[in-house]
Amino acid sequence: MTRYVMAIDLRRCVGCQTCTAACKNANATPPGVQWRRVLDIETGEFPDVRRSFVPVACMHCDEPPCEEVCPTTATKKRADGLVTIDYDTCIGCANCVMACPYEARSIVHEAKFAYGDTPIKSEEVRFDPARIGVSMKCTFCVDRIDEAARTGQVPGRDPEVTPACVNSCISGAMSFGDIDDPNSNVSRLLAETQSFRMHEELGTGPGVYYIWDKG
Amino acid sequence: MKAKTLKAGDRIGPRQQHNWDWRAASNFIAGGAGGGLLFFAALASLAGIDVRALLLGGMALIGAGLTCVWFEIGKPWRALNVYRHLATSWMTREAAVAPLVFVCGALALLTGHSIFVLLTGVFGAAFVYAQARILSADKGIPAWRHARCRPMLVATGFAEGAALVAVAAPFVMTSAAGQIAVAAVTLGLLLIRVLLWRSYLAGLRADGAPEGSLRALAAVDGQFLKFGNLLPAALLLVAALGAPLAGLALIPAGLIAVGGGWLVKYTLVRRAAFTQGFALPHLPVRGRGPAGAAVKPGWGGAS
Repeated sequence: MTRYVMAIDLRRCVGCQTCTAACKNANATPPGVQWRRVLDIETGEFPDVRRSFVPVACMHCDEPPCEEVCPTTATKKRADGLVTIDYDTCIGCANCVMACPYEARSIVHEAKFAYGDTPIKSEEVRFDPARIGVSMKCTFCVDRIDEAARTGQVPGRDPEVTPACVNSCISGAMSFGDIDDPNSNVSRLLAETQSFRMHEELGTGPGVYYIWDKG
Repeated sequence: MKAKTLKAGDRIGPRQQHNWDWRAASNFIAGGAGGGLLFFAALASLAGIDVRALLLGGMALIGAGLTCVWFEIGKPWRALNVYRHLATSWMTREAAVAPLVFVCGALALLTGHSIFVLLTGVFGAAFVYAQARILSADKGIPAWRHARCRPMLVATGFAEGAALVAVAAPFVMTSAAGQIAVAAVTLGLLLIRVLLWRSYLAGLRADGAPEGSLRALAAVDGQFLKFGNLLPAALLLVAALGAPLAGLALIPAGLIAVGGGWLVKYTLVRRAAFTQGFALPHLPVRGRGPAGAAVKPGWGGAS
């Protein structure tokens, strides 16, 4: 079996938001919608102050609560662990938005562009009317993953078939791959380090691991 | 610069949801009361009371709630897709119960046959239950997924249904005994509702919840207790004791009790619906220092 996951090394993340920008560029999300963003957490009191950066997006859960509540079956979980949305089936009821504990989903009810009502050239080309009025979220760049099946390349190793955010990360904090393959980069990384998953107590089985210390 | 840093951090804690507005809340408000009304109308029919007006009222409430939702969803012309996930989605199940309510209700109105009246009541109760399950399945809103939220929602739906029967009682029931029975049942349901409400609030505080949710629910607690339950309970008691003209007390008692339930449901769906937010059980270890303490901003209670 294949189970694609992401590992994010919080020790390395510098909060540059390049992954946020790369995601927006790759997926042409409208203004105000970020499928991926980086949380900026400031803790402690002077002089013992810490700043942590936490990239968040859809966690592509083992037991996605969004899939369970979706009344239309638009949200589905694939055998390789990716949680997808069929824009042609979704009715935009927002039940999945309420079910997601990671604030990963958005619904935009009317077309929005960076500079008012008129799209700029790049927006004009990439505007997808199917996404209006329906739920949307990070796809782990599913089109690239599917391309890997055709070309024989390996997601997480070959950039052409790896999520845009992972490719863009300037500090090498983000890794992607098949956790069921013991030789994949994520499997090796997670074996060597200590990690946690967000809100594990909710039983969703998130597919994103946050590395916080050496093993 | 300081303010900007703090603002960035604000996105870490729970945030009030803005996807379900008053239209979604209306479905829970009107649908719950309507389902409860159908159930108690069916019970009242067993005593030989003409409940056609009550059935009509219950169906109108459910229909109004569903219409509000229809105006809220992003793709209303695809609304029939809602029937595609009966296996796990309580929203599908709610939608599946609705036509059963309307078909049985219509047959009950047309034929007057008791089996259709009873079936309408059963499906009305199922509608109330399905609505409560919709909210409890939404893991992203801690105030909804709490184990004590579901029984409280079911209880208020039934209490509102009984209260609506109480409002109608002076018009559809001629016997004082019948009105006293309605007053007593509604009184009992108000007691159950208030106990489950307080238990829910105590459970949220004990288990921890977003501060915004605790604040919003605490803000209506006093009003709900005094005006939504105690005041109608006093009026119902007058009616239950069979004082002269006491039947008339049922009307304000029922209306106030329904209003209390609607206030709570609106608050729950809109004002108290805060997201989970984010938390870090471990801060990253950088350099030679130890990991920082766990972080879970924006949560109150015992968590």
